[in-house]
Amino acid sequence: MTQSNRISGGLIDRDLPISFSFEGESLQGFAGDTLASALLANGKRLMGRSFKYHRPRGVISSGSEEPNALMHIGEGAYRTPNTRATVAELYDGMVAQSQNAWPSLAFDAMGINDLFSNFLTAGFYYKTFMWPRAFWEKLYEPIIRKAAGLGSLSMQDDPDVYDKGFLHCDLLVIGAGPAGLMAALTAGRAGAQVILADEDFVMGGRLNSEVIEIGGQSGSDWAKASLAELASLPNVRLMARTTVLGAFDHGIFSAVERVSDHLPLSQRAGRARETLWRIYAKRSLLCAGATERMIAFSNNDRPGIMQAGAMRAYANRWAVSAGQKVAVFANNDDAYRTARDLTAKGVEVVAVIDPREGVPDSPVQVIRGQVIHSKGRLGLKSVRVRKADGGVETLAVDALAVSGGWNPNLSLTSHQRGRPDWRDDIAAFVPGANLPVGMAVAGAAAGDFSTHAALHSGAEMACQSLEALGQPVTPANLPEAEDAPTQITPFWYVGEGKARKWLDFQNDVTVKDVKLAHQEGFESVEHLKRYTTLGMATDQGKNANMGGLAVMAEMTGQSIPQTGTTIFRPPYTPVSMGALAGRSTGKDFKPTRLTPSHHWAQRQGAVFVEVGQWLRAQWFPQPGETHWRQSVDREALAVRKSVGVCDVTTLGKVDVQGKDAAQFLNLVYANAFAKLPVGKTRYGLMLREDGIAMDDGTAARLAEDHFVVTTTTANAGPVYRHMEFVRQCLRPDLDVQLISTTDAWAQYAVAGPNSRKLLQKIVDPEFDISNEAFPFMGCAEITVCGGIRARLFRISFSGELAYEIAVPTRYGESLIEVLMQAGAEFDVTPYGTEALGVLRIEKGHAAGNELNGQTAAAHLGMARLVSTKKDSIGAVMTRRSELAKDDGLRLVGFESMGAEILPAGSHLFADGATQEPANDQGWLTSACYSPHLGKHIALGYLARGSDRIGEVVDAANPVEGKTLKARVVSAHFIDPEGARLRD
Amino acid sequence: MLIPHPLLGLRDAQEFTYLGDASLLNRPDGMAEGAAEALHDYLYLRDNPAGEHRELWFHEQGDRSWLVVTRNTLTHEITQVEFAADVARQKGADQ
Repeated sequence: MTQSNRISGGLIDRDLPISFSFEGESLQGFAGDTLASALLANGKRLMGRSFKYHRPRGVISSGSEEPNALMHIGEGAYRTPNTRATVAELYDGMVAQSQNAWPSLAFDAMGINDLFSNFLTAGFYYKTFMWPRAFWEKLYEPIIRKAAGLGSLSMQDDPDVYDKGFLHCDLLVIGAGPAGLMAALTAGRAGAQVILADEDFVMGGRLNSEVIEIGGQSGSDWAKASLAELASLPNVRLMARTTVLGAFDHGIFSAVERVSDHLPLSQRAGRARETLWRIYAKRSLLCAGATERMIAFSNNDRPGIMQAGAMRAYANRWAVSAGQKVAVFANNDDAYRTARDLTAKGVEVVAVIDPREGVPDSPVQVIRGQVIHSKGRLGLKSVRVRKADGGVETLAVDALAVSGGWNPNLSLTSHQRGRPDWRDDIAAFVPGANLPVGMAVAGAAAGDFSTHAALHSGAEMACQSLEALGQPVTPANLPEAEDAPTQITPFWYVGEGKARKWLDFQNDVTVKDVKLAHQEGFESVEHLKRYTTLGMATDQGKNANMGGLAVMAEMTGQSIPQTGTTIFRPPYTPVSMGALAGRSTGKDFKPTRLTPSHHWAQRQGAVFVEVGQWLRAQWFPQPGETHWRQSVDREALAVRKSVGVCDVTTLGKVDVQGKDAAQFLNLVYANAFAKLPVGKTRYGLMLREDGIAMDDGTAARLAEDHFVVTTTTANAGPVYRHMEFVRQCLRPDLDVQLISTTDAWAQYAVAGPNSRKLLQKIVDPEFDISNEAFPFMGCAEITVCGGIRARLFRISFSGELAYEIAVPTRYGESLIEVLMQAGAEFDVTPYGTEALGVLRIEKGHAAGNELNGQTAAAHLGMARLVSTKKDSIGAVMTRRSELAKDDGLRLVGFESMGAEILPAGSHLFADGATQEPANDQGWLTSACYSPHLGKHIALGYLARGSDRIGEVVDAANPVEGKTLKARVVSAHFIDPEGARLRD
Repeated sequence: MLIPHPLLGLRDAQEFTYLGDASLLNRPDGMAEGAAEALHDYLYLRDNPAGEHRELWFHEQGDRSWLVVTRNTLTHEITQVEFAADVARQKGADQ
């Protein structure tokens, strides 16, 4: 089929033909076409199936408000669902498919839903399919989901790249129609930093779709000249294909720019598909125009029935006639332009049907009356008209232009809860006074519908915006333009006719549905919306809401403003998830932090685990080891037998310096710190003010006025934040400074009976680290390997004789190699986080699993550690009765009575007790196989646990339906006296 | 939102971590008589005003200062921003 509906003129480039396919059929269009205009040019009126009833539908608009013509565009992984054909710029090789239709668009088996429409009316979700209840999830919902719907995903990874960007400006102008262009010219000429954003790929708005003159030029020529001038101004940024999605607090806007979606696949390489912009605007000016609304009548959803403004946009901008014989049905003078413009292009306009009393002059036949019915299931064939004199006439037309008036596009004005005002003279809501701070509105978006009014208000509001910024402007002379008054008599739907009268095309809501909602008591607009789903589709009811409100107003006997209106939320139009994610996908979702020994560990074949943002070595498999347990058992045993090395750089480090550092730590930690001698390290328990354990770690006093505090890996950030809170907000009088040094020092645990011997080989000889000179909990600033600065701490997480040694991060990789070389004679073993966990469970040290936000000092068995002689954060509250009660939970150890692992998370019950919440006595927090003991062991909280050593309890794992017997033991499985630490 | 930092000018709220009511500056003395009662009130009794609210924000992705931001919870208008340390020092001087 050649382009049978292509007519003369237009802003398309006939020298650049474009090939594309629709439903597998090869078609031709021209550069400048949208998919919708190219399909219409090829005589394709049927473009989609409706959401609920699978009604055949055609395009009704020429812009982003389109509810019907939603397509799959692209193939394979590039397939994008729910693309509005009206904004899809045609490119060579485009592959478009309809959606929500099977087996084909023309014959859709699910069209049978249409016959059952009596069951699918407003609120059917709440009324039908309710019984039996169990059927909902397994039967009803899957069927409904399959039947009702929009496009489907490709189910493949998105192959495209998305970017994010940031922009700042004095004035953001949203929309580049006459008002927006005039505003940008005014502000741009005055030297202000201006961004002009428009969702269309050709700027100019309705100037490209109407036959109007501005200053003696055609509207589109004036737009082109204005854009050329703006492009020459270095302080103006023109952003076509850019939709401003949302207006947020303090002048922040989000906008999505379609960077390469309009290009053939072969030309997209190296470009992002879309860019999500965050625009910081001192002032903003909304010039988003208006959206034409339909009039509901029986079967007003036939393909070929569209907005009057869209029909003449197709004719004027895209040189496409919507049909061979057309009629117009409208309640306002504006729609008469459609009859005028189409006639001028040689299209046969049969009649204008106008329900108003005084109808204007027109070169075509005007019938006073209403359209009461239409025929043509897959495409309009005729409309029936009830004339004002009572007669009926059938008009054979294949396209009908409808206009019920225009709604200002005020979405962005209500993104911060601003409510619109009603204006009788244009029968529409306009932006109210409660605009987002710094925003003004001009042109049709403000209800200024004539071209002159748009130019005038655009210039005026730009001046006011800049004056508010202290930048005086000389107003430009406005070019001459038409200033036709708005002539409209509200008319929302045709009463006559029994077939369904569609209000919301995207969600299939009819006049009858709204009446039913009223009848059932859902009168508030918010209830109406949710009960009928009116306006809840992706177009947010841009077309539909006013009609629905008008019907409800009629039913309740109120005016439309009394009935009220729902408001709009971001985004203005649907936005792809990819744009919101930007580059933060997959591995790039968050930063990856590597430990200083990472590359070394990689060379050893380590298996890594994610710990927050860090990648840590989990274990180091050796030849012949086929199961992770073999590696972990070997590593843990090697530490207990000789010596092991583990990278513990990820633990948080906070440097605390100042005359009052000790006093400060005394407040931060629950236990006493003031008297800690220089050269000593102490375990510290940090509580939240409510008495719950926040974190634990060590503080080493390197000098009178200098401590190094460690935190758990996960809490490095929050603990630092908390310490700054205490310092700045509670004790600004103290002389103390904090800095996070987590990344500045590489730190290794060197643990095991041979750890001292190993370290003695690398610590410079002037530093004596013998047991006498450097006892348990000692700390010192030393040098290693001939003068490298280092810090040595004699602390132990494993329960063995152990040290942690820190060097500046840049020496971290060298240090692990030196330790391995020096330790060869002791069979030094690198160990990962799994063995680290086994060792600390065997020793009974609490870690993240135990500090879960529910545990107070008493639960950890540390009630006596909390000093009563000083004020510290959380000390008072951790002693409150419920947290400190004697029969509360206590951290104890457990041994499996069988050969099975005790799953962490298991809940504990008295031996043989009924497993119900009332009998719950605690839970297991950490579990492992202890190679040292040859048993499965666990830590956990048990009610009165410390009094129940030796008792057997049930560890229940309802997820797997298992219950295991466990014996309660001390949490200190090895060396409870701590002799090894001090050896 | 944009927070006018006293030293750094307008900064995006994304750079900050929110804590809550600035009454957290008024921590009772844990060693005083009736400390448990006072700490209970300090921890759990907060106003939730519809309107002007003084609250604590931490410039975590910035200079790591704690700020007292006076914000209207209805409009998000920010009318005053002070360093929390200055507010706390002033409070100390007043007592």
